Amino acid sequence: MPEPTVGAATAASVAAADYFPSYSVVGLLAVVGVLFVAVAFGAGRLLRPVVPTPEKLLTYECGVDPVGEGWAHTQVRYYVYAFLYVIFAVDSIFLFPWATVFAAPGYGAATLVEMFIFLGFLAVGLLYAYKKGVLAWT
Amino acid sequence: MNDVLDVTLRLLIVFVVFLAFPLVVGQTEHKVMAHMQGRLGPMYAGGFHGWAQLVADGVKFAQKEDVVPAGADRRIFQLAPAVALLPYLLVLVAIPIGPGEGAVGQAVDAGIFFVLAVMGVGVLGSLMAGWASANKFSLLGGLRTAAQLLAYELPMLLAAASVAMAAGTVSLPGILDAFEWWWLPWQIVGAIVFFVAGLAELQRPPFDMPVADSEIIFGAYTEYTGLRFALFLLAEYAGIVVLCGLTTVLFLGGWHGPWGADGLGWVWTLLKTAVLAFIVIWLRVTYPRLREDQLQKLSWTLLVPLALAQIALTGIVKVVIS
Repeated sequence: MPEPTVGAATAASVAAADYFPSYSVVGLLAVVGVLFVAVAFGAGRLLRPVVPTPEKLLTYECGVDPVGEGWAHTQVRYYVYAFLYVIFAVDSIFLFPWATVFAAPGYGAATLVEMFIFLGFLAVGLLYAYKKGVLAWT
Repeated sequence: MNDVLDVTLRLLIVFVVFLAFPLVVGQTEHKVMAHMQGRLGPMYAGGFHGWAQLVADGVKFAQKEDVVPAGADRRIFQLAPAVALLPYLLVLVAIPIGPGEGAVGQAVDAGIFFVLAVMGVGVLGSLMAGWASANKFSLLGGLRTAAQLLAYELPMLLAAASVAMAAGTVSLPGILDAFEWWWLPWQIVGAIVFFVAGLAELQRPPFDMPVADSEIIFGAYTEYTGLRFALFLLAEYAGIVVLCGLTTVLFLGGWHGPWGADGLGWVWTLLKTAVLAFIVIWLRVTYPRLREDQLQKLSWTLLVPLALAQIALTGIVKVVIS
């Protein structure tokens, strides 16, 4: 079937033609933003006084001289949450492309079953984490 | 030539909105909070009910000395406010305020995806500030920010995915074109999850553990003064505008109004956004701060399951009606 292929190819090239201009406007706005920050910082440099003293440059810890360094070893207690987050978020990203087509003609019931399998996996994972006591802050 | 003019005008409008709306929200917050607490709020600057208070604040911030602590990681410390602020400017360009081609800064085809991805970058600013300050309070604030991001990004993603499923597209104008009034009750759970998770990402009260002033001074922003501090504040209020605008577009029907008023679509968008911004302020006055474990519990045991249930509901209804 040559026609649909040609049609798809033109559609794809039209999409590509739309794609780059729309993101180049976003890119332009990013340039505007960077310029704004640069001008603001530059103007700030001209407007503000610069009178550093050793006391002023000291790390602020409620008026007491700081003890040790700010970059301390810390126990990150929520690292389990971080694992959970990475697993779930990577999964969820795949929902977006799927969401645009799942109700298209001819998909209906099959994709719905797939969705429940997917949600089932997430729910069981969450339930497992809950039973393991991971979701309670220790 | 016309194209150049068109793009310039659009970018200019987006930029002006980006600078002006956060100030309006900020001034509203001053006055609304004050009246809710039986005070008057700012009354002097500018004469009429202190309307120029934030302008005066801006002038003050611009004249203040910029202190970078001797122990800090200088470059990162100085860059952090820009990283926190600029993502919201970029998100603003993709939010449609009215029907048709003309009423959006730029129709980005990957709409929701683009918006969520770029908003995620904003949090990096707080993390950079927290780490680069070399201050124990800042570090704690940065860690809390990270924990909050981990907990609330997920329900936000899932709730947004539910709307994408309902509309069958991820483009923001496309979602509004597909919107029907009964989506409101259909997606209401997703809307609440999205809004609450968004508040938590902005670190607004009651989710302001990362900047809890009674515990860790001002979290990641403790060492900042002057212009850089002002940029962090601007980022917070720009975040409110973006969050309310997005909730409006995704869940409240954006420019759709009950009487189908043609040409007045942008009024509906602004009105809904303003009402949501008022709710954000209201919540700040109403609720006490959540503790870190309560924050995590709310997200993982309530918001995530609710968002998953919303996705299931959306899927079933969508397949049944199509």
